Amino acid sequence: MVEALQSPAQATYWLISGQTLFIILNLLGLACFAYIVTRRMTPLVGGERDFRFDRPFLRLARVSQFWLGQWKHPRYRIAGTIHILIFAGFILLATRAFSLLILGMSENFALPDSSGGIGHVYEIIADYAATIVFLCMIAAAVRRIVFRPARYEVPAKYGEPHKTDAIFLLSLIAILMLSESLFEASKAASLAQQGHTEFLATFSLAWVLRSMLSSASLSTLWNLHRGAYLLDVLTFYFLLCYRPFGIQFHVETSLFNVYFAKLDRGTVKPVRWGVPDEQVDQVKSFGVKTFEDFTWKHMLDFYSCADCGRCSDNCPANAVGRPLSPRFLTIKARDYSFQHYPMFGQAGNGTPLVGGIYSEDEVWSCTTCGACEEECPLLIEYIDKIVDLRRGLVDEGNVPKSIQKALKALEGRGNPYGKMEKKRADWAKAEGFPAPCDVKVLNGKKAAETLYFVDSITSYDDRIQAIGRATARILDNVGTDFGILGATEKDSGHEVRRFGEEMLFMSLRDNNVDAIKASGVQRIVTADPHAYNALKHDYKDVPPVEHISQVIAREVKSGNLKLNPVENRDNVYAYHDPCYLGRHNQVYDDPREVLDGIPGLKRVEMTRCRDRSFCCGGGGLMLFYEPKEEQRMGVKRVQMAAEAGANVIVTACPFCMVNMEDAIKVAGMEGKMTAIDLAELVAQQMVCKRATDGGGADRLAGPAKLVTV
Amino acid sequence: MEDEKKTNFGSATVEILVCVRRVPDTSENEIQLNAAGNDIERDDLVYSVNEPDNYAVEEALQIAAKAGGNVTVVTVGSEDDEEVLRREMAMGANQGVLISDDAFIGSDGKGIATILKAFVQKGKYDLVLTGIQAEDGGAQVGGMLAALLDYPFASLVNSISVLDGKLKISREIEGGNREMSEIDMPCVLSIQTGINEPRYVGMRGIRQVASVEIPTYSASDLGVAPAAVGEAGANVKRVDYFVPALGKGAEMLQGDREEIIAKLIELMKAKGGMN
Repeated sequence: MVEALQSPAQATYWLISGQTLFIILNLLGLACFAYIVTRRMTPLVGGERDFRFDRPFLRLARVSQFWLGQWKHPRYRIAGTIHILIFAGFILLATRAFSLLILGMSENFALPDSSGGIGHVYEIIADYAATIVFLCMIAAAVRRIVFRPARYEVPAKYGEPHKTDAIFLLSLIAILMLSESLFEASKAASLAQQGHTEFLATFSLAWVLRSMLSSASLSTLWNLHRGAYLLDVLTFYFLLCYRPFGIQFHVETSLFNVYFAKLDRGTVKPVRWGVPDEQVDQVKSFGVKTFEDFTWKHMLDFYSCADCGRCSDNCPANAVGRPLSPRFLTIKARDYSFQHYPMFGQAGNGTPLVGGIYSEDEVWSCTTCGACEEECPLLIEYIDKIVDLRRGLVDEGNVPKSIQKALKALEGRGNPYGKMEKKRADWAKAEGFPAPCDVKVLNGKKAAETLYFVDSITSYDDRIQAIGRATARILDNVGTDFGILGATEKDSGHEVRRFGEEMLFMSLRDNNVDAIKASGVQRIVTADPHAYNALKHDYKDVPPVEHISQVIAREVKSGNLKLNPVENRDNVYAYHDPCYLGRHNQVYDDPREVLDGIPGLKRVEMTRCRDRSFCCGGGGLMLFYEPKEEQRMGVKRVQMAAEAGANVIVTACPFCMVNMEDAIKVAGMEGKMTAIDLAELVAQQMVCKRATDGGGADRLAGPAKLVTV
Repeated sequence: MEDEKKTNFGSATVEILVCVRRVPDTSENEIQLNAAGNDIERDDLVYSVNEPDNYAVEEALQIAAKAGGNVTVVTVGSEDDEEVLRREMAMGANQGVLISDDAFIGSDGKGIATILKAFVQKGKYDLVLTGIQAEDGGAQVGGMLAALLDYPFASLVNSISVLDGKLKISREIEGGNREMSEIDMPCVLSIQTGINEPRYVGMRGIRQVASVEIPTYSASDLGVAPAAVGEAGANVKRVDYFVPALGKGAEMLQGDREEIIAKLIELMKAKGGMN
């Protein structure tokens, strides 16, 4: 029998037996961790209700995609790869870490089957995993210290840099990997000196260390062996108990955060979970005013943030210098909770968040574009929190003057402009338009199979009315029996809800639902992605709804809608994904297929396209908000289109059109860049079936003539 | 206890009355003349609280919140006008009062002031506020009400702080200067817009006060002689209403961006809008 090193359980540390010491350390470590986690859970227990216990199979599938599968991580190539390696390493090392801890308490402990082939293979995998994690720590530290990606920087207004803490945590993990490997290497080296070469994974950390220790004395090896073990146990428990104080808490919370993540895109959380609509106005206080008003899941979000900065890196509000950074929305709330729910003593309660850690402008700056949520590897939610904070402000009467006016007009007239209801269908009566395309108003006397839901901006805005007429002409041309609600249609309320005026939204919604039901239509079409999202996700019991781009794509595919070649072959088109068509509803391909279906059309993609599309500046009530910003989002966006080599931006949303056309002027790009709505472009290019319709360009449609380069 | 309250305004409650009015909302209507040409077409109109009155109510609420107090809103009108009282109650006013009587129809400014005077005298108000003017009115009622009550009066007030039994107010002077004054209570103040930022009144707030009882006072409740008010008592009568012909107000600046900016700066300097 070869005389190997003893197990740490048999060792003596400063006159204390290893076994006793490690039993105490394990118990102490676990007790500390349990205590800390219990304290951390205190605010969650007191938080608002949040119903996240449905659809367990879907949730498990998402856990395997987003947590186990690290789905979002490769969106950032280098950081993502490093993270995937560390994550995989941790998962693989979990078993060994567990058995190592027990080894200190029970000398003969071995996991079932670990002596056999499987155990041996696992040891080799674990050796490599530890090595890779160790190298990743070095790579991550080098990134932090040398390359310093901009998204990790902390602007002065948000406090101290987070770098020191990040490096400290990386070091702790590196020490953990090193001590594990040293523990193994010292034993292997002692065996090797006795001529018994144990197989260690070649080039692994343990393998390297064993070579370094090949000539060390047996007593040195023994000291290293038991020392490494003690260091490993201490580092393990220190890390375990330190993580809940910072960004690494996500190691523990991420699994739960992903499991309980929001499932339904495009929706907004109810004012209070479990309160039916008709009782909502009896809820004592609306929205989030104090930290305690957040739901437990939203608090868990705060704990789960890994400070990776991807949200803010993609946030258009952050990009144009608005006082909003999703990353710090979370970090500030987390710090607030750590401060007010301390480890010892009384939990403090109830200071207002807005005016405290958040500013009003911060809360109003969000366009709810969803770029942050799309990017977050941990599926942290932002829009619902912003909406809840706004509900709190609205409930206190704290609404910017410019938005108050629009809200009041919505209450009085059903549109934010304060225009007369009876003029809502005037766009369809424009001179020369009704002759080729008579739009029915479904007022009880006339009926139709399809409802074209126009919404406020298309009904009243002089420029945008052209999108309405283009949409009507397309529907007419493909032979759809359609009509509009006219004066009985009110604003869809999409932004009313997202600006926190829930009761007004409900009143607008109820009006529209009644009108839609009374009209007897079988389906709804709209050209406004905000209305589309509202009808699809915010309204209940209405017929199925489609965006016009979906209708066009289908009709083009079936051959029912034929498109003429583009006249000017020099134009280069770029499609801008509207947030509420793309990210919130995943309609990315239909508009592109339509564009590619126009013969001779040259199309390029902007770098930020599809689910990384960059918001134009926001729709609905956002047009009434006067943000504090250095630049307009739209200006950035048209510059992106120019960089992509395009001179025509095609969009599929009336608000995008307003913002893009403004931005083209502000950026001084008139004559070099044009914006056109997909419906306008199609109405212009489609082969008209009716003799009365002159075909070609809409005589009334307002889009600026496409530039001839 | 009761006596203490009355003698020490610094820490005790201030009874505040705010006179408000319902007007056609200028931002949500297209104002057109009626066929007779003596009034505007009133079908299809959206009415709301006279915007300056919102500032008066907001100021009253802020004073009450700081110094303690009670805010009552009152309007002279008909049942339709309850809507604006409720809106102000949703803002936070403690109670609303409607003064309504057929005899009041057709009152001029003095008539309204006479009616309000009778109401003020029935209660015990330390402070009466009005908006600077009604959007369809002539900024008369506040001053007349003060004169009829023989109360001190200040107009165009753009800040108020409560001292012991008195108020320190500032008034806006043409050209942006401010004049600070002390005024004894009880008094009447007409409030300039911009003194504060009136809070938003949400749908929920309005629903919560939807069923609150609003007391109504008639001419006889207030002891107002019908002959002194209404059309009978009006010395000012509207004879015509017209939309003035559009003049040449706008000047389009020509040239490229730099030239336009230079011209604009020149113009603004010339008109005193820029130093």
